[in-house]
Amino acid sequence: MTTTATSGSPRPWAVLLLLAAVLSDLAASFWMAAQSHRWLPVAASAAAGPVDDLFALEVGIGSFIFLGCSGVMLWTLLFNRAPKYDLDNGDPIEGNLKLEIVWTVIPLVIVMLIAWKAIAVSTTLSTLGGKVRVSGGHAAMHGAEAPAAAPMAADATAAANPIDVIGRQWSWEFIYPNGVHSSELHLPEGQRSFLRLSATDVIHGFYVPAFRLKQDLIPGSVIDYSLIPTRAGRYRLRDSMFSGGYFASNQTDVVVEPPEAYEDWLAEALRQPLRPAANAATDLYNQRLARGDRGWATVPPAPPPLVHVSADPEAPHES
Amino acid sequence: MTSTTPAPPFDPRVLKAPHPVPGAPNNWRRFLSFNTDAKVIGLQYMITALFFLLVGGLLSMIMRGELITPAADLVDPTVYNGLYTMHGTVMLFLFLFPILNGFNNLLIPPMIGAPDMAFPRLNAAAFWMVPVFGVILMASFLVPGGPSGAGWWAYPPQSIQNPLGHFINGQFLWILAVALSGISSIMGAVNFITTIIRMRAPGMGWFRMPIFCWTAVAAQAIQLIGLPVLTAGAVLLLFDLSFGTSFYLPEGGGDPMLYQHFFWFYSHPAVYVMVLPVFGIFSELFPVYARKPLFGYHVVAIASFAITFLSLIVWVHHMFYSGTPQWMRNLFMVTTMLIAVPTGIKVFAWIGTLWGGKLRLTTAMLFSLGGVFNFIFAGITGIMLATVPVDIHVGNTYFVVGHFHTVIFSTITYGVFAGIYHWFPKFTGRMLYEGLGKLHFVLTFIGSQLTFLPMHAAGLMGMPRRVASYDPEFAFANVLASLGAFLLGVATIPFLLNLVSSWVRGEKAPPNPWNAIGLEWLLPSPPPAENFEDDVPTVISGPYGYGLGRPLVEDEERYVAKAASAATGA
Repeated sequence: MTTTATSGSPRPWAVLLLLAAVLSDLAASFWMAAQSHRWLPVAASAAAGPVDDLFALEVGIGSFIFLGCSGVMLWTLLFNRAPKYDLDNGDPIEGNLKLEIVWTVIPLVIVMLIAWKAIAVSTTLSTLGGKVRVSGGHAAMHGAEAPAAAPMAADATAAANPIDVIGRQWSWEFIYPNGVHSSELHLPEGQRSFLRLSATDVIHGFYVPAFRLKQDLIPGSVIDYSLIPTRAGRYRLRDSMFSGGYFASNQTDVVVEPPEAYEDWLAEALRQPLRPAANAATDLYNQRLARGDRGWATVPPAPPPLVHVSADPEAPHES
Repeated sequence: MTSTTPAPPFDPRVLKAPHPVPGAPNNWRRFLSFNTDAKVIGLQYMITALFFLLVGGLLSMIMRGELITPAADLVDPTVYNGLYTMHGTVMLFLFLFPILNGFNNLLIPPMIGAPDMAFPRLNAAAFWMVPVFGVILMASFLVPGGPSGAGWWAYPPQSIQNPLGHFINGQFLWILAVALSGISSIMGAVNFITTIIRMRAPGMGWFRMPIFCWTAVAAQAIQLIGLPVLTAGAVLLLFDLSFGTSFYLPEGGGDPMLYQHFFWFYSHPAVYVMVLPVFGIFSELFPVYARKPLFGYHVVAIASFAITFLSLIVWVHHMFYSGTPQWMRNLFMVTTMLIAVPTGIKVFAWIGTLWGGKLRLTTAMLFSLGGVFNFIFAGITGIMLATVPVDIHVGNTYFVVGHFHTVIFSTITYGVFAGIYHWFPKFTGRMLYEGLGKLHFVLTFIGSQLTFLPMHAAGLMGMPRRVASYDPEFAFANVLASLGAFLLGVATIPFLLNLVSSWVRGEKAPPNPWNAIGLEWLLPSPPPAENFEDDVPTVISGPYGYGLGRPLVEDEERYVAKAASAATGA
């Protein structure tokens, strides 16, 4: 039995088949790119739009390549199988220089285009400000008291008065310029909020999926950060950098509200008495002690911060 | 050949061999000695590694049992942290690195026509460090406070908190084990690279060398360049943990970010140390089972070194959200994306090899096809992770867990399985059962998609990695992943059954059961102690001459006849 070598001038049905395959691959890829927005949480910050679009672009290109390659593999599986007891060899093709150049250059162009677009997105968002290292002695672990790094944007008053975000094992504390202490983060909708991130014990990650933003809090460093919430609602803020024993419980909420409501909340919060924040890690640790301290070693949770407003663990979050 | 006296079941020269031969006396003792034969060391590596695959798999199934419900209810969160740390550590340092070194030991000398490795004692010493640090790591389950629960990254300051204050603690033993593993791998790398450079058969120039050997050199070069950095970083971590230094502690003027650079400078390339030999395995197997020359052999060979070079300049992509300045993020995004080019070349070359071939779907071929299919998917999610703004969202989430398990399991481990099914007859002298092999493949393929695809979805929705409990909205994806993981556990049953029963009583393997081209297939199965001994063939053409009608070596018929007569005992 001999194989039908694909040489000579292309046959019309082969060209048509190839065209149909490429077109259906394209259609499927566009469909996947459109679908990709549904795989992500609600979009609640200015970053979400560009990030989701970039992701959709990658889903589209990726789908095209994935379906194209696996389509060819499927074709060979269906039509290039050796019948049983057929010990013949296939076409002894050792390579094709033109083809090899094409499949070197095209991926290069694609990834460089994606990188170029990604740099443009990062430049637009410009969420990350300066980083000041505070090393040595007591001050290193109490970075929040360190002098602020240079303001990063035109909004000088807000930038000069950032909200302090402090990560601990395992609690979050937010200190507002007016002196409000809170264990949930309230932010005004539609304005750039300035944050100053620090950690007192180990590395933590400030991660709000609905914002598509994440930044580590590093002990011994104070990191300026800013973001623009764009949609009112209650969203999860999760610790994204593994921080030991009760890491999984180290989450709280971000509440985005219209600027007036935000101002009201700030004023009302200041009238509340300071009390220890509700803290899931402490509860779990106390349960563990009550059961005889079984399990593997962990440092005990830091005392919950004293706050005017404590996060409500039962409040439903949107994402 | 028929004769009245029963033929001995193996090549008589094999009896002198120190490696195990079915039916030969004292088989098991050969494994437990400080044996310097590369084939014994290769099997020692593989059996040790497969044992630890079961250990690591068991740990992962307890983890998936915990994660099948949102609350932390099966084990204490601290226990979960220890389990996931040990799962990662065992799978990388005690399963994948050792099993790939097993392939190196078994394949490199016969493939290049060498009698053994360049430094047999160094080789044996490198192997015997594996059980030593394996025992150290397992012992950490028994010390007060339990094993390390800091993840396989062991980022300070969390990793050096040492809650109980004992000098000997889980983290201490963990660092010790990782440092020993590093030293063992460096010793192995010196040996493999020297062997390939110095001990090739006459006529085997670089561009007549099988791709597996190319990728072995490319991978082991990474070990030589990168591992000293990780090992030094780990020693500094040990000093911080045990001797009160503060290289990484801000209180004492150190910086935790320094460790992250040390760690990822090696540990990202480490993925290429594991994946490059598997690319080599795919490049060996596709020509055999598609009956075609490897498409673009020269470019595929050189692309291995392009990957080696690029892998050493991408590490900061693990630190995009660690306070890395924007210019540095952009730089490392570009270098990371460039890796798509040489890996793309390889993938397209494999597909080109399949095109117009005569495919034989043996178990080894199925695992290769499945591995490449999964790798294309993982490559695409890898580009997404390299993209700074997208990584800022999905970094440190289950999207990453899904991505790297698709690489580490669904590509690398598939390649390992493919290699085992392909070369098992060569080194044990017995055929594996194809039926059990195909069952293993089908269960593994379904299980791995079910486990790792939903992880991507959970990560996109914002589920952080390494959590012992999670919000209820992630429950559906996690139930699927857990069911998949249990299925993967079931899939190992036909695999182990196949290995054990085939080795004991499988059909005897001819010298070249797959009708493959390569020096190792000119040897009897199993090969005698020093492979070709004094009769090393002269290589006269490239390695994948399927359908080209060119003999691989001078006097090829004589070698084929010699191997065949050894097999029948005539």
